[in-house]
Amino acid sequence: MNQSRGNPPVVAPSDWGRHGGATPLQMFTKLLVESGDLKLKNKHRLILSRRQTIRGILATTAFGVSSRLWTGCTPNETPNNKTGSSPSGGGKTISMGFIYVGPKDDYGYNQAHAEGKAGVSKLPWVKSVEEANIPETTAVQETMRNMINQDGVTVIFPTSFGYFDPHILKVAQEYPDIQFFHCGGLYQEGKHPKNIASYFGYIDEAEYVAGIVAAHTSKTGKLGFIAAKAIPQVLRNINSFTLGARSVNPKITTQVIFTGDWSLPIKEAEAANSMVDQGIDVLTCHVDSPKVVVETAEKRGVFSSGFHSNQSVLAPKGFLTGAEWDWTTVYSKFAEMVRDGKNVKDGTIPHIIRGGFKEGFCKLSPYGSAVSDKAKKAAEAAKAKFMDGSMVIYQGEIKDNTGKVIIPKGKEYKQQDIELEKMSWLVEGVLGSTK
Amino acid sequence: MTTEIGLWGVPLAIIGGTLRGSVPFLFVSLGECLTEKSGKINLGLEGTLLTGAMSAYAIAYKTGSPWLGVLVAGLAGMALGFIHAWLSQQPKVNDIAVGIAMIIFGSGIAFFLGKPFIQPSAPQLPTFELGAWSNLPPVQSALKISPLLLLGLALAPLMQWFFTSTRWGLYVRAVGDSPDAARAMGISINRVRMLSIVAGSFLAGIGGAYLSLYYPGSWSERISSGQGLMAVALVIFARWNPIQCMYAALLFGGAQAIGPALQSVGVNSYYYLFNASPYILTLAIMIITCSPKKTLSGAPGALGSS
Repeated sequence: MNQSRGNPPVVAPSDWGRHGGATPLQMFTKLLVESGDLKLKNKHRLILSRRQTIRGILATTAFGVSSRLWTGCTPNETPNNKTGSSPSGGGKTISMGFIYVGPKDDYGYNQAHAEGKAGVSKLPWVKSVEEANIPETTAVQETMRNMINQDGVTVIFPTSFGYFDPHILKVAQEYPDIQFFHCGGLYQEGKHPKNIASYFGYIDEAEYVAGIVAAHTSKTGKLGFIAAKAIPQVLRNINSFTLGARSVNPKITTQVIFTGDWSLPIKEAEAANSMVDQGIDVLTCHVDSPKVVVETAEKRGVFSSGFHSNQSVLAPKGFLTGAEWDWTTVYSKFAEMVRDGKNVKDGTIPHIIRGGFKEGFCKLSPYGSAVSDKAKKAAEAAKAKFMDGSMVIYQGEIKDNTGKVIIPKGKEYKQQDIELEKMSWLVEGVLGSTK
Repeated sequence: MTTEIGLWGVPLAIIGGTLRGSVPFLFVSLGECLTEKSGKINLGLEGTLLTGAMSAYAIAYKTGSPWLGVLVAGLAGMALGFIHAWLSQQPKVNDIAVGIAMIIFGSGIAFFLGKPFIQPSAPQLPTFELGAWSNLPPVQSALKISPLLLLGLALAPLMQWFFTSTRWGLYVRAVGDSPDAARAMGISINRVRMLSIVAGSFLAGIGGAYLSLYYPGSWSERISSGQGLMAVALVIFARWNPIQCMYAALLFGGAQAIGPALQSVGVNSYYYLFNASPYILTLAIMIITCSPKKTLSGAPGALGSS
């Protein structure tokens, strides 16, 4: 091997210690400088000088620091001037922290949680902080630690599904006195730390009612559902929406299109256009942000039904109603429980909390102008049955869309039934496949 | 009123998708083509696309004029292009590395400044209704085209003409193919590359304006879904030829519609595969046209090296 031809001298990492106590960094820059001298012999100028290396490192650091500023979205603390004298109850302030995976004004999942946070902050004895755009990486662990150490938060709501394992599990072990409420259904008794609870809503109840409204409004009898992925939560919404529609008109079909991911605006718009071309006249969706679907439906002159939060302003003509989360109610209840001295750790707050209309986990968006009085009446009647607990969506006989009987006659699955959380089939009347 | 058109929906959706979805690819790939012809690579156009989308939406919302939004998107693109051009022409700076930094910077600045504009609805660009002859609403809708599409389609042959038949085009090609020869001709390499990068970024910014002001027509942080990077790759696929860039952009625009359109007529299996079809096609074309004996035809001689 001929080193003079320009190959920089190779220094094995194990040799670093022997060079007169030079640190690896000094060795590295020295190496760069040495090979920089060689570059005159070698035409390729690949190597940086020491000064430029240092300049580069400084620039990268500065860039890194500043990039934290714009992704992090500084936590804006809700000013709470009235706290000083607390009202009748407890006599102490509850500090709550909320973490979202995306922007909090996307008309979608994160906005629903942010609205819940805004709602619970109105309680005079609640102090709350929030951070948006936190990826499901160790970044969320840092956010949680910061909230606990710097903001004095004692109750944390990391709202994204992917925060749970391993991030919440790890931080929950580090801080056994802090209470963690995770949105999603992943908590397992005995396996996970005792200071974690998981909560989730049966929003498919609202989808069922939205399906009733859609069936009353549709002229073609064809509904369209744009879904991200064929996972149980999504399939359950598709099935409940379809069952609701078919309770009005058993001939109605729901065409489903899976886009493949939670946020693909162009695919969602293409899917909406294709479905309208096929004569579908009510569109709804289960994606991160329904904005594109609702707006495309409005542009094409068909009806739309929302999801996650209220999209009625986006489609003044065609918006029917929508299935919304109602986290304000849920978070306020949690806050009250904590104020009253209840705790997840000792089990006075249950580890698994679920609910639908009755428990205030979900609600309907306000009806749009296209909804007839008859549809409103039917929807309200169904909602009333959910409220008094007499409504069961999944009662036999229910076939899937290949003709196989999934739930035999006489059998019923109540909302709390764990079978429903394993759903992998599409109900009769849905055009589509989970594969 | 809706009409059912059955299986015709698939070709119609692909045509519609081509007319609707290809414009960002078209503008970004033409911009990148100009940049690469001068011998520099600008990977940062993904960030430029997002910044363009955000600034167009913000300006259209604030002023009520979508065309002003398009202009500002182009100017915002130029600003990012200037940063890239300045940085990447420093001695011993690698333009790929600067490009990756510019992706992060461009998207970061777009997300940061774009927060207040996710919610509001901005006025949209006007459309030309080419489908008015048909009484089928799906056809009418598929044949709605944006003025920006026409502009992009006109730009491709214009750029080809610019490269082959004008003195300035010759300068750009000379700088990209053989900087030494260009220097001998008395051309300032730095200035030509600076202008090419800035002009290319202007086009990419306009591509971004199309995303937020026409199709899908709203600003969100996921609006580009990687189209900027794909368009940069398209330039290689199109062999640095503006006309072929146009065909490639139309192909990729149309291919986006295949997956959803097939599902809507009942082809329900393998949707991930159909969604991947443009990439499979690209790989296939690359494999068929590659040769171990010669380098890529059409690649500027000094591309990527200073």
